[in-house]
Amino acid sequence: MKEAPLVAAGPHDTKALARRIRCQALHMVTQAKASHIGSALSIADIIAVLYGRALSVSPAAHRHSERDRFILSKGHACVAVYAALAETGFIDRALLGTYGIDGSTLMAHISHKVPGAEFSTGALGHGLPFGTGKALAAKLRGRSWRTVVLTSDGEWGEGSNWEAALFAAHHGLDNLICILDYNKLQSLRSVDETLRLEPLHSKFEAFGWAVREVDGHDHDVLIDALQGPPWQGGKPMMLIAHTTKGKGVSFMENRVEWHYRNPTPELLAEALAQIEREALDA
Amino acid sequence: MRNAFIEELVTLAEANDHVALIVGDLGYSVIEPFADRFPDRFINAGVAEQNMTGLAAGMASEGYHVFTYSIANFPTFRCAEQIRNDVDHHRLPVTVVAVGGGVAYGALGYSHHAVQDYALMRAMPNMVIAAPGDPLETRACLRWLVANPCPSYLRLGKAGEPRFHESVPDIMPGRWVSVHPGDGDAIMLSTGAALGAAIARADGRAVWSLPLWSMATKADQPAQLARHGRVTTLEDHLADGGFGSWLAESVAGTPAAARIEPITLSPEICDMVASQATLNRIGGLTL
Repeated sequence: MKEAPLVAAGPHDTKALARRIRCQALHMVTQAKASHIGSALSIADIIAVLYGRALSVSPAAHRHSERDRFILSKGHACVAVYAALAETGFIDRALLGTYGIDGSTLMAHISHKVPGAEFSTGALGHGLPFGTGKALAAKLRGRSWRTVVLTSDGEWGEGSNWEAALFAAHHGLDNLICILDYNKLQSLRSVDETLRLEPLHSKFEAFGWAVREVDGHDHDVLIDALQGPPWQGGKPMMLIAHTTKGKGVSFMENRVEWHYRNPTPELLAEALAQIEREALDA
Repeated sequence: MRNAFIEELVTLAEANDHVALIVGDLGYSVIEPFADRFPDRFINAGVAEQNMTGLAAGMASEGYHVFTYSIANFPTFRCAEQIRNDVDHHRLPVTVVAVGGGVAYGALGYSHHAVQDYALMRAMPNMVIAAPGDPLETRACLRWLVANPCPSYLRLGKAGEPRFHESVPDIMPGRWVSVHPGDGDAIMLSTGAALGAAIARADGRAVWSLPLWSMATKADQPAQLARHGRVTTLEDHLADGGFGSWLAESVAGTPAAARIEPITLSPEICDMVASQATLNRIGGLTL
């Protein structure tokens, strides 16, 4: 049977979508007593821009052959993606209430069994090699869809990422975008204190990538970077997104503990109130 | 086996335009027929096995059946997590090919000995192990794998192994293949390139080979074991996590378990430098 053309969803109001992602993510980790809320809040704006504007995907045809492929390599931040999938119609919002409970499809690291999620991760350094294989397959077959991989900063300690960085540049995969969520906090301490990545921009340029450095919470610059043609023909794209871990909830911002803690009901209410106030200010 | 592998893969790739080969900068004088014939489906990933396996999984998720190729432990242990998470968990058609199974690269040393690979691969729920005993079983394994794309591991010896079958045998996972008949109810059963050693030690017993096996087909073993008396298994692998252990687990706690006699390589060879023949003898596989 011939496939109908892909009718991409949206566009959505990405700022409103980001707020809903943050609220849903907070509800999910609170209810499941799960970790990694700081990591999810860090990428909420990036995820909102991807699902709201930049990705050519459709909830009505989530396996469409011409869709853009998005891979969350930092699988522990999955609540942000599950929330985006629910808010844009890939999955039922009610499913979010099952997060992390016995028998749920919503595993606490991103799962490919969830409609709209391409690949299960959880171990770091897997998303980019896998995405590189997808981008290479698209090139070999002359297809125009793109592959977007979102990595953390800490996971650039994994050698597999650097192997893929070499490979993608060598093969000129300008249909591959890697977003690096540079919130500068790892699991115990800062990136600088753990395993220094700087100078990151020139490092990726030296690896043969087209590199852009942006504020990872500024929707306009994210949309500009993630929508449209390759930045430079023949080069994979590295978007270094400067972010704040825990972004949007003052008492979670830049605090390592919120890699692990889950909010009490009182803290959840306070966090949701802060996001509501931001909505009113907007 | 290497030559049968590449000849058969080229033949299969002619008929199946989704068959691709990725090598980890190895395969000199082996892989050229494929690389020359299908340049758009041949990739040298360089000395980077984790990426080789991850990108193979990515390509497989887009419709390719990808064969990754390297020596001994490089395409297996070096990238074990990519095989476990990216390939096996996602049930993607990637066939990991290791050349130099057992101690085929004898004097190159422990880094090049694949004597724990069954242990690694058989611990993965969706993995099919293809361990052919001769060049004809190699062809049979490849034909089965291309017809039944799945997470899989093809373990080859080196070059120059003799043929033990008259023609390409019919095979399926978990089912023993008769290599030659014998007297009595005691039999030899081998997997992989240990088949020659099994024949040499048969002493009138029938010899069987099991070239395709998996976690899922362990359940098919008790019925086959029940047709025979003592079953002596042979493998060029350590006992721990090996083929004989797999077979014994299938009947653990039953009287049939006592009839299984595994012959494996002794771990003392892990510290030794010697030819394949010498290591197999000292390790207890050959007499």
